[in-house]
Amino acid sequence: MGTYSTNEFKGGLKVMLDGDPCSIVENEFVKPGKGQAFNRVKLRNLKTGRVWERTFRSGESLESADVMDRDMEYLYNDGEFYHFMEPETFEQHQADAKAVGDAAKWLKEQDVCVVTLYNGAPLAVTPPNHVILEITDTDPGVRGDTAQGGTKPATLATGAVVKVPLFLEIGETIKVDTRTAEYLGRAKED
Amino acid sequence: MSESLWRPTAPLENLRRRATLLADIRRFFAERQVLEMEVPILSRRATSDPHIDSIVADCSGAPAFLATSPEFGLKRLLAAGIGDCYYLGKAFRNGEAGGRHNPEFTMLEWYRVGWDDHRLMIEVGEFLSWVLKISHVRSYSYRALFLQHLDVDPHRASFEELKAVLARVLEISFEPAGRDECLDLLMSHHIEPAMGEGITLVYDFPASQAALARVEEDELGVPVARRFEAYVGGMELANGYWELTDAPEQLRRFEADQRYREDNDKPVKPFEERLVQALEAGMPACAGVALGVDRLLMLACGAGRIDEVIGFPIDRA
Repeated sequence: MGTYSTNEFKGGLKVMLDGDPCSIVENEFVKPGKGQAFNRVKLRNLKTGRVWERTFRSGESLESADVMDRDMEYLYNDGEFYHFMEPETFEQHQADAKAVGDAAKWLKEQDVCVVTLYNGAPLAVTPPNHVILEITDTDPGVRGDTAQGGTKPATLATGAVVKVPLFLEIGETIKVDTRTAEYLGRAKED
Repeated sequence: MSESLWRPTAPLENLRRRATLLADIRRFFAERQVLEMEVPILSRRATSDPHIDSIVADCSGAPAFLATSPEFGLKRLLAAGIGDCYYLGKAFRNGEAGGRHNPEFTMLEWYRVGWDDHRLMIEVGEFLSWVLKISHVRSYSYRALFLQHLDVDPHRASFEELKAVLARVLEISFEPAGRDECLDLLMSHHIEPAMGEGITLVYDFPASQAALARVEEDELGVPVARRFEAYVGGMELANGYWELTDAPEQLRRFEADQRYREDNDKPVKPFEERLVQALEAGMPACAGVALGVDRLLMLACGAGRIDEVIGFPIDRA
């Protein structure tokens, strides 16, 4: 694996720090006029999700991390592992609950997710930004209340709970933004 | 490939503001009878400053160096008797690029004959207040700032003590090499961001960071560099000296810089021995200050990054 020097650090670059794979969030060059040059760097630890702030001497380097993002189709959950498939090669990968984390509540079979591989094994899963899911449980709909703007909780087929307008019923499918858990609208029939 | 890389990164209104700023600067000095001078930007001699690197060009088959500041040229003019003078134009520093740095930048540097650092600090405060319409100017000694923010005396604390303070406030990836590296980190990472709004002047720097300033004892009998810095909103804007006029001491500092460069595997280039000769001939006692015009413009425009005030930063130049 190669190394990257501080002047190559930029957002999204994957490097090893203290034995963990990290993604660089921000790199700021700091140099007092008559003093030494430093790079103040924010890195997200890809294992824990925590953001570190660390200062390097300019010119220092870090080893690159064998981390890559791949689009994969979600297949199924066998009770212990979540199974994903690369659409081109049909190669399958299994991710444990720790790697899937909060994404689990949005995973619908056949949806395409971003699976982050570290040394070839799933490290993290990012669901699609928008998913279409069926409402499996919610209070009965209130007709004629479309203009009021009130909301109620609804449980979706994958287990996620989102706030939806009062007029929606069990069995309807809706579009949700997974980054904010925000209801975007009724899914169009197609 | 983006289709618009030919465009300036800065909004045109900021570039128009640059034009009025340059005109205002020239008016400020014209009214005070300080003369604009040009100096070589391409020189056969380079800076020896341990932490500043020149860009090397090829001129008629031999290396030439882009000036990292107009200091040597202006001081040679001062020794020749030009009197109060300033330079407003480009300077170049290799490897400096980021939110507040571009390798090619605009510098204002001026000298006042017969003044010391404290007299010049007053004028720097007046200049900044006038350009930025800020009336609040505060000044602190380097020691007072460290005592206030970190409860440590930067001149007397040992290396071990400074490392302990550093470990308390900052995460770094390396073992600090010495006291000055600790002080630089504490100043740039901890104290500057906490300075707040307004103009802050800091004087009496550690003697080990004197560069080309005189070293004198302060009121506690500690040798300090008669050097000052100006900050606005925690951003370093200007660096000034009560200038060293002692030729043998100047030569010793150049040689010490060159040795530091050799020992630390940094490029060693011919230093400006003509400045030593100028000091031998007799440069009048004076104070001088260098100010980053792009950063000043950032403040005037409310810009967060230097590429919002430079038309074509290095990636588009």
